[in-house]
Amino acid sequence: MLPQRQAHIEAFASRHPGTVYPLAGPLWTRRLFWSGFLICFFAASIHLGLSFERFWRGLGDLGVIMRQMWPPTHHGFWREYIGALGETLAMAFLGTLAASLISLPLGFLGARNVVKSWPIHFGLRRALDVVRGVDTLVWALIFVSVVGLGPFAGILAIALNDTGVLAKIYAEAIENIDRRSSEAVRAAGGTEADVARLAIFPQVFPVLIANSLYFFEANTRSATILGVVGAGGIGYFLADRIRVNAWSDVAFIILLILPTVAVIDILSRWLRGLAQGRQRNAVMR
Amino acid sequence: MTHVSDAIGRVEAARRAQMRRTGWKTLLFGGALAVLIGLSLHQGEVSWTKFITGLPRFGAYIIRILPDLSFATLGADLQGWMWNLPNWLKLLFDTVLIAFVSTVMGAIIAFFLSFPAARNMGFGRVSTQLARRFFEFLRTVPELVFALLFVFAFGLGPMAGVLAITLHTAGVLGKMMSEINETITDRSLEGVIAAGASRDRVIRLGVVPQVAPAFVSYILLRFEINVRSASVIGLVGAGGIGQELMFVINQFIYRDISAILALLIVTVAIVDIVSETIRHRIIASEVSHASATPSAH
Repeated sequence: MLPQRQAHIEAFASRHPGTVYPLAGPLWTRRLFWSGFLICFFAASIHLGLSFERFWRGLGDLGVIMRQMWPPTHHGFWREYIGALGETLAMAFLGTLAASLISLPLGFLGARNVVKSWPIHFGLRRALDVVRGVDTLVWALIFVSVVGLGPFAGILAIALNDTGVLAKIYAEAIENIDRRSSEAVRAAGGTEADVARLAIFPQVFPVLIANSLYFFEANTRSATILGVVGAGGIGYFLADRIRVNAWSDVAFIILLILPTVAVIDILSRWLRGLAQGRQRNAVMR
Repeated sequence: MTHVSDAIGRVEAARRAQMRRTGWKTLLFGGALAVLIGLSLHQGEVSWTKFITGLPRFGAYIIRILPDLSFATLGADLQGWMWNLPNWLKLLFDTVLIAFVSTVMGAIIAFFLSFPAARNMGFGRVSTQLARRFFEFLRTVPELVFALLFVFAFGLGPMAGVLAITLHTAGVLGKMMSEINETITDRSLEGVIAAGASRDRVIRLGVVPQVAPAFVSYILLRFEINVRSASVIGLVGAGGIGQELMFVINQFIYRDISAILALLIVTVAIVDIVSETIRHRIIASEVSHASATPSAH
C-alpha cells in the first residue's frame, strides 16, 4: 500500500475512532468472550472424554463397517423389512390422527377466549407442558413396559407426545382468530356451541390440517427409530442387524428408510399446498 | 319479513348447490381416508381389547411412578424421592455438555459449507449441489441411527452421542444457513467487491456481518433441540441421562422414573428460558440496529 494512502487512512482513523480499527473496549470484550467460549468448549470436550486419538481409531472401525455395508443386501428378509416399513408408516399415521382428534377439544379448552376460567386452561397447559417435555422415545419405552412390545406402544407414544404439542398450537390458533365472526354468530342468537362450530372451527381448520400433515411428516422420521426400544416398525430390524453386525442388511434398511421419508415429505408438502390453496380460494370468494 | 326468508332461501340453495358440486370429492377423500385407517389399524396391530386393557394399566403406571409427597413431611419426602440427586445432576450436566459441544461442532461444519451451498455465492452449480445433497443426507438419517453406528465404532459413552448429534445438527443448520445466505442484499456486497476484495474477503466482510445474527439465533434454537436429543441418545448407550432413564424404566424402579423425568423437564425448561432470552435480545438489538441505519445515512 502506498505510504501516503496509509497516512490518509491513519488520519481518518484518528479523526473517527471506531470506524477503521475497533475501539479498545469492544475489542477486549470480544476477545474475552471468545477465549472464555473456547475454554468452555475444550473443557467440556475433555470432560466428556473426547480425544483425537479415540476419534482416529473409531474412524478406522467406521471404515471397516462402511466397507462391509457394500453391497446392501437383504438375505431374503425383504418381505419382513417392507412389512416393518409399512408398520412404521401405520404407526406415524395413526399416532398423528389420534393426536389430532384428541388435541382439537383440548385446544378449545386451553384457549383463553373460549374457556374463561383461568384454572382450567392454566392447569391444562402445564399438564401439556409435562407431556411435551418427555420425548417420544421415552414415552415409547414406558408404553412398552405398560402394553408390551409391538407397534401399539409406538402409536400410543406418538399420540401422547404429539397431543402435547398440537393442543398447544391449536389453543394458540384459536386465541388468534378473528373475533368478528364469533360476534356475528352470537348476534344472530347462536349459543356458545354454535360459535365454536360456525365461527371458530372454520377458521382454525386449515391450521389444523397443515399442522397435522407437518406432524405426520416428522412422525414418519421418529417412527423409524421407535423400534430400537421395541415399539414396532423398521427400527427393530435396524437395531437388531447392528447388534449382530449384519452391516449389509443395515445399509439395505437405511436405503429403504431414506426414500420413504423423502416420498412422505413430498406427499405431505403437496397436500399442505392443496389445503392452503383451498383456504386462499375461500378467502378470495 | 318476506325478503329475509328470501335471502335465507337463496343462501340455502347456494349451499346445496356447492355441496352437490364438491360432494363426490368429499366422498372420494373420505373413502381414501377410511381405507388408509383400516390398513393402518391392521398393520399397527391395534385392537380394542388391547386398548381397553392398556389404558387402565397406563393410569396405574402413572400413579405408581408419582412420588409420595405429603405436606407435613415434605423435606424428608423430597430427600427420599431425590435420593440419587448428585449422580443424576452429574448426568444431566453431561447431557447439556453433549448438546453444547455437538451444537458448536455441527455449527462450524454447517457454517463453512453453507457458503458453497448457497446459490448466490458464485461457487458453481456442482459444489452447490454437492453441499446440498450432503446436508440432506445428514438431515434425513435419524440421529439415533448415527448413534447406534457410532456406539459400535467409537465405543459406549458420550463420544458416540456427540458425533451423532454433530452430524445431524450440521445437516439441519447447513440448510438453514445456506437459505439465509441466499436472502442477503447485494448493496453492501458491492462496496466490498468494488474495493477489489477476493471471494473469501467478500464473504468475510460483506456476507458474514449480515447473516451472523440470524445464524446465532438458529444455533441457539438448535441447542435447545439438541438438549432434548442428548437426553434420549443415552438409550442406545451414547452417554448422558438417557442410559440411567432406560435402566430405571426397564427395571421398574418406579419412583426414580418420575424423579429423573422431573429433573429432565426442569433442565430442559431452564435451557429453553436462557436461550430464548438471549435470542430475543439478539433480535431486539438487530431491529434497533436496522431502524438506526437509515437515519445514519
